[in-house]
Amino acid sequence: MTTQAMTAGRAPMPGMKVYNLKLGMWIFLLSEVMFFTGLIGSYVILRFAHPEQFAEPGQVLNINLTAFNTFLLICSSVTMVKAYAAIQQGDQQGLKNWLLATIVIGASFVGVQVYEYIALAGEGFVPIADAYHAVGRHMPHDGPAIGGQLYGSTFYTMTGFHGTHVSIGVLCLCFTYWRAAKGAYTADSLGGVEIMGLYWHFVDLVWIILFTIVYLI
Amino acid sequence: MSTGEAHKPPPYMLVWVGLFALTIMEVLIATVTSIPKIWLVIGLMAMAFYKAYLVAVYYMHLKWEPKRLWLLVSVPIPLIMILIFVVLNEIF
Repeated sequence: MTTQAMTAGRAPMPGMKVYNLKLGMWIFLLSEVMFFTGLIGSYVILRFAHPEQFAEPGQVLNINLTAFNTFLLICSSVTMVKAYAAIQQGDQQGLKNWLLATIVIGASFVGVQVYEYIALAGEGFVPIADAYHAVGRHMPHDGPAIGGQLYGSTFYTMTGFHGTHVSIGVLCLCFTYWRAAKGAYTADSLGGVEIMGLYWHFVDLVWIILFTIVYLI
Repeated sequence: MSTGEAHKPPPYMLVWVGLFALTIMEVLIATVTSIPKIWLVIGLMAMAFYKAYLVAVYYMHLKWEPKRLWLLVSVPIPLIMILIFVVLNEIF
C-alpha cells in the first residue's frame, strides 16, 4: 500500500500523521464512546440498584432474533471493509457493489429492530410507565407483569439511540453510494469511503457491547 | 493508515469468522449453560470486549495507524474506568 493510498490522497497532518477528515471522525467517535458509556453506565447502576425491575435474559427479549440481527451487522462490517478494499485497488464497480450490500444489510438491521419493537410493544413491553405490562414471550396477555418500568425505559433508550445511529449511517451510506456512482472516489482519493467505514464499524462495535449487556446478561 | 510500508492484506474474512463464532458462543453460554452469574458476566463481557477489539483493530484499521492515533483513541479508556468505578461505588 503506498503512502498516498494510506493517507487517502490527502496531506497528512504533521502532528497526528493522519488527514484532517479522519482525525475529525476519530474525535467525533471518541465523543460517541463517552455518550454510549453514559447510557450503559446508567443502565448498570439502575439494574444493580433495582434488580426486581428487570427480567432474566430471554424472558421478555427475543435473543435468537437479536442474535440474527447481530449477525447482520457483523456481515455489514465485512461488506463495508470490502468496499474500502475495492476502492484501494481502484475497483469502482466493486466499491459500488459492496456499498450497496452494506446499505441493504444495514437497512435490514433497522427493519428487524422495528419488527422487534412492534412485537415487544404487543406484549406490553413499552417505555411508558402508565402502560407498562410486559408479560414476556409466549405468555398469556393477562398474566402477571415481568420486571418494571425501568426495564422498558432503559432498553428502548439504549437500543433506540443505537438504532438511530444505524439509520443515520444507512442514509450516509446512500450518499456515499451516490458519490461512488458519480465516480467521486479513486484509489488516490478515498477519504470519504474510509471515514464512512469508521463510523459504520463503530456502530457495529457499540452493538457488540450492547447486545451482550442488554440481551445476554 | 499512515505508514508507507506495504503490509499483507488484512484478514477481513478470518475476523468475520471469529466474530461470528464468538457471537454463537456467547448466545449458547447465556442460554444453554448454567454457569454462576458472576462468571457468566465476566465471560460474556470478556468475549464482547474481544470482539470490539477485533473490529477496532482490523476493520477500523487501528493496527496500521500511527502510535499517536492509538494514544488519542485511548483517551476515553481512563474516563470510562473512572465512570465505571464511580457507578460501582454507588451500588456497593
